[in-house]
Amino acid sequence: MSTDAATALNRFGLGARAGEAAPAEPKRWLKDQAARFDPRPPVIAAAPASPAMAAQFRAYLTELRDAKAGGMGDAPADGKAAAMMVRKDLRVLFRDSYGAQARARIAAALTTPAPFAERLTHFWANHFAVSADKLQSIGLAGTLEFEAVRPHLFGRFADLLLAVETHPAMLLYLDQAQSIGPDSFVGQRAALRSRAKKVGLNENLAREILELHTLGVGSGYAQADVQELARALTGWSVGGFVRRPLGEEAPDGAFVFQAGWHQPGIRTLLGRSYPQDGEAQARAMLADLAVHPATARHLATKLARHFAADVPPLALVERLTATHLRTGGDLRALYAVLIDAPEIWSAPSPKFKTPWEWAVSALRGVGATDAPDLKIVGALNELGQPVWKPGSPAGWDDIAASWAAPDALLRRVEVAQRLASTVGDRLDARSLAAQLLPGTLTAATAQAIARADSPGQGLALLLVAPEFMRR
Amino acid sequence: MIDRRTLLGRAALTGAALLTPGLAFAAAPGQRRFVFIILRGAMDGLAAVMPVGDPAYAGLRGALADPQQGTPVKLDATFALHPALASTAAMYAAQEALFVHAVASPYRERSHFDAQNVLETGGTAAYALQDGWLNRLVAMLPRDPGMAIAATVPMALRGKAAVSSYAPSALPQANDDLLARVGALYATDAQLHPLWSEAMDARLLAGADGAGRANPAALGKLAATFLAKPDGPRIATIEIGGWDTHAGQAGRLNGQLKQLDATLAALKAGLGPAWAETVVLAATEFGRTAAVNGTGGTDHGTGGVAVVAGGAVKGGRVVADWPGLGPSQLYENRDLRPTADMRALMLGLTAESFGLDPAQAARALFPGGGVRAMTGLLRS
Repeated sequence: MSTDAATALNRFGLGARAGEAAPAEPKRWLKDQAARFDPRPPVIAAAPASPAMAAQFRAYLTELRDAKAGGMGDAPADGKAAAMMVRKDLRVLFRDSYGAQARARIAAALTTPAPFAERLTHFWANHFAVSADKLQSIGLAGTLEFEAVRPHLFGRFADLLLAVETHPAMLLYLDQAQSIGPDSFVGQRAALRSRAKKVGLNENLAREILELHTLGVGSGYAQADVQELARALTGWSVGGFVRRPLGEEAPDGAFVFQAGWHQPGIRTLLGRSYPQDGEAQARAMLADLAVHPATARHLATKLARHFAADVPPLALVERLTATHLRTGGDLRALYAVLIDAPEIWSAPSPKFKTPWEWAVSALRGVGATDAPDLKIVGALNELGQPVWKPGSPAGWDDIAASWAAPDALLRRVEVAQRLASTVGDRLDARSLAAQLLPGTLTAATAQAIARADSPGQGLALLLVAPEFMRR
Repeated sequence: MIDRRTLLGRAALTGAALLTPGLAFAAAPGQRRFVFIILRGAMDGLAAVMPVGDPAYAGLRGALADPQQGTPVKLDATFALHPALASTAAMYAAQEALFVHAVASPYRERSHFDAQNVLETGGTAAYALQDGWLNRLVAMLPRDPGMAIAATVPMALRGKAAVSSYAPSALPQANDDLLARVGALYATDAQLHPLWSEAMDARLLAGADGAGRANPAALGKLAATFLAKPDGPRIATIEIGGWDTHAGQAGRLNGQLKQLDATLAALKAGLGPAWAETVVLAATEFGRTAAVNGTGGTDHGTGGVAVVAGGAVKGGRVVADWPGLGPSQLYENRDLRPTADMRALMLGLTAESFGLDPAQAARALFPGGGVRAMTGLLRS
């Protein structure tokens, strides 16, 4: 039996769904997903968006100021306590939003008619990781995926890159929103006032754009390039989030260019001169970075690692790189190379699933259609991969060595048992196994399931079987 | 040992007694509680309630004949109780527990899935009925009394009548049996096998084997808190898995029986005065082979044992029409031959508990027909 259906469903997709027929033409099924993909399905449209998060944050800042001021007249401790309360309230508010967004992501993954496209969404969201750890990021990390990644999934990489770098989640997470050029209007004025709050350049976003988002580490750029990109990016900010009203008013959460913060002058990046004035300068740099050969190879390597094997096949990396450069970073063309790659179809299940991939495939496997409560979000915590919390802008690792660990296996067995206990004998694991793993189900697994002491145990065994742990 | 035929012979008397004013209390709807404990994986009835008086027993059972964990409790001239069932033994002594031996559902093959379906639906064949026998019982009662103590409602309680379920938020960790099966599944996987071995070693070191084990006593206690309420549910199900002891049975079964024992004890303690109005039936899908196998365990069999406990139970007896364990007496030359119908036991306990007409209840609960209630199992 061919393993093509399994490869399409499990490696390219998010796992077969209980009761859904395997695609008759696996490659066509994958290629048609661009047309089926909904960038903004109702479940995601209903989740809290970045303007709402920004408005809440602005209200928080005002409350915080009032709380602190309230303490001035009386005992200072009162102000401190009040400020703590305000912070706590916002944390709760943002956590609720985070939960709603995470559940929306899960629900979209469970019900999508285009699981390959959803997988690509998760891939790019991880490539441009914003970790929901900082207070500001908790409610915003998910909105980057919903608002910047999804709409540009099948467009040009340059557009995806620009959408991400101008999104409030990224600008705040990597401290760009308050980066001010020392020679800018505001920078100069601050320098003149001795007691003024310190303002200045922040290189964080510029560094990660070069190191993580485009060229890749060790690809030949220098510290001077980081600084030049950082200078060009000054003024890129967000309405509603910036504490000191030093610049233009802007709608909450909207990208805003603060001309008064921009470091004036011609910049040089990777040996090329950028004479543009203002916002256009960094835009031009990003456009060039998006189609740089190092970027093409960096992305090709990551895509090949994600879809083919932990050690990416060199020939596939070459083809992806060439396609990127030939098409000017047309993502659809890159996806077509992946779909046509014999390296991916010839090796059954070499990729060990990440906890997210495993949990989503397990839920799809038992026919779940939504995440009605936070239990599954909590389970992903236990499994070691909490949604949108990789802890660093580098995102989660994409190799087995990071995920295949003793305790991690045990956690999966526990979650599988729990999940199976909620399904019980509503599904017959014996027939489900062949459906979820067409052509890849081993005789040993089929036998273990048939010999299980209950339907629930059979289902748990299916969900942790070696061929289900991999995709 | 009380012969089942004797019990059936007294049916007329018991039936008449139902009409006497003295029984009105017992039959009053809303007082009686019925708990169905489903023992998934096939409990070895010959190890739980050991027919030590049967001349063939010791030879068949070999090393399993004599539990190393303690001294079996003598029940009567034929049977002794496994030492792990200490609280149950005390209930037996207080005449609050009885055992029905050589009992089986109508299912005569050896698949867990199919057998559990028959046990829970009350049908005569797997998947013949779409709802559970307890759900049909719920439908016959005047109020809404069904509740599953689990994340999901088991087949036995599933159907048209409304039932609820409740599970503790932190469900038990993976049970030992599942872990062993996963280990076997990974045995030939170069990547997963070493990782799994490490995980199991670490688990032992951390002492998770004791602390992390599924806590059935907590489930029993939880069920009791619901059942004890005056307006709470009257029918509950509890599930205990892990009975499929193909290998290393002596130690594993000891742990399993302790779980069952703790569950029964927790129900009794938690129900307080309501224990007097309670009937608990612990049943499994089938028994296990009469003889020990080559790996210190037993394989899928036929006849087994059911545990009946509760303050409303006329206990202190083993109910069995004992078929014997001799070579010619075994079913298909390997299993304990069933002489009692599990459905007759279920019907007897529930119809009597809830004051239902046995014939009407038989038609509703076990539409396959031919089921005559075992009677006289409860206090009058």
